[in-house]
Amino acid sequence: MVDARGYSCPMPVVMVQKEVSRSAPDQLEVLVDDRCAVENISRFAGHSGYAVEIREVADDEFSLLLTKLP
Amino acid sequence: MSKHHRLILLAGFITGLAALGLTAAGNPANMGFCIACFLRDIAGGLGMHSAAKVQYIRPEIIGLVLGALLSATAGREFEARAGSAPALRFVLGMIVMVGALAFLGCPLRMVLRLAGGDLTAVSGFAGFTLGIGIGVLCLKKGFSLGRAYKVKRSNGFVLPCFMAALLVLLLAVPSVLRFSEEGPGASHAYWLVSLAGGLIVGGLAQKSRLCMAGGIRDIFLFRDFHLVSGFAAIFATVLIGNLLLGGFHPTLAVQPIAHHDYLWNLLGMAAVGWGAVLLGGCPLRQLILAGEGNGDSAVTVFGMLTGAALSHNFGMAGNADAMTGGTFVAGGVGTPGQIGILIGLILLFIISVVNLHKEEKNNG
Repeated sequence: MVDARGYSCPMPVVMVQKEVSRSAPDQLEVLVDDRCAVENISRFAGHSGYAVEIREVADDEFSLLLTKLP
Repeated sequence: MSKHHRLILLAGFITGLAALGLTAAGNPANMGFCIACFLRDIAGGLGMHSAAKVQYIRPEIIGLVLGALLSATAGREFEARAGSAPALRFVLGMIVMVGALAFLGCPLRMVLRLAGGDLTAVSGFAGFTLGIGIGVLCLKKGFSLGRAYKVKRSNGFVLPCFMAALLVLLLAVPSVLRFSEEGPGASHAYWLVSLAGGLIVGGLAQKSRLCMAGGIRDIFLFRDFHLVSGFAAIFATVLIGNLLLGGFHPTLAVQPIAHHDYLWNLLGMAAVGWGAVLLGGCPLRQLILAGEGNGDSAVTVFGMLTGAALSHNFGMAGNADAMTGGTFVAGGVGTPGQIGILIGLILLFIISVVNLHKEEKNNG
């Protein structure tokens, strides 16, 4: 899990990129509290072969579930 | 084409149109918008420096911040947050401004200059790209200014209120302000036109996340061309507009408010690109984020205002090439500006190194 809450762009996507490069997970949950980060991570996931499921878990807090595409 | 992609192309198109319109309405050539120049003019208008030719409270800047505030509020995206290394952001804002004013333009004006045929800006673009590359390397090595935190809502209104106060002063008590009688500061559109341009572009930039530095950064980071397409849309719109209106003059010398000191254009904009990546966005983006309630970006904008004042008080800003009585007078960056840029680059290196973190502590 990557907890990128409190970080502004581009840090959340950098943190996710590092985690994907390090462990190439089949699934990765990411927590963010910035809509710009939601958009950036979604685009990164699209370029990297992951599907994204976005849930607003609290007021302005989002959970992104990245799932590796077959 | 996704909704987000259509939005950023629209934002780029409208920003380009607004830049063309503001130039036609009285702003200096190739300067429909320039965040660095306009913040410098505001610093002069407030008496923070005494360069007589660059003093005016630019309503475009006020509009950009208030447009972002209105857009963020309407979209439930206004959120007051702060606490991510504000003092360092203030210094970074100063460095970015010293570099931009040596080049004579922010990244947005760099695009407008290129679209006007100003080939002296090519070295600035190369330097900007180089600086972003160095910044991205820092990010990949673990650079971070740390987390920001939710703060009381009132914190988010600091820069919007400051801008609203500037507008009140401009309209109600202009006698307390300084106004250029000649030079770039005296060239401006009617205030309401400038304010409207700023409001529209500010709203669109907030919705689309338009960012000059972010566009190139994302290409380096993960080969994503989304943000840079806004950049490209501004360039294409202004280029076509200039070709149609006779404003495209491709030469290497005597461009409007520009100089041909290629090395220092390159190094100045390298400082801008590097600093913008460390800050998380270009000067335009800092204004927009401050309008969304980001206190750290508000501090950055105050740093940029201070940097603008220092640039002119210490003679660090670039001097434009000029034709005087048929004679070419070369402009450029003087020794103080060269020293300022070098100090800025050294500070960027130090800030980058001391803020490298091997591992994010809060990862699960």
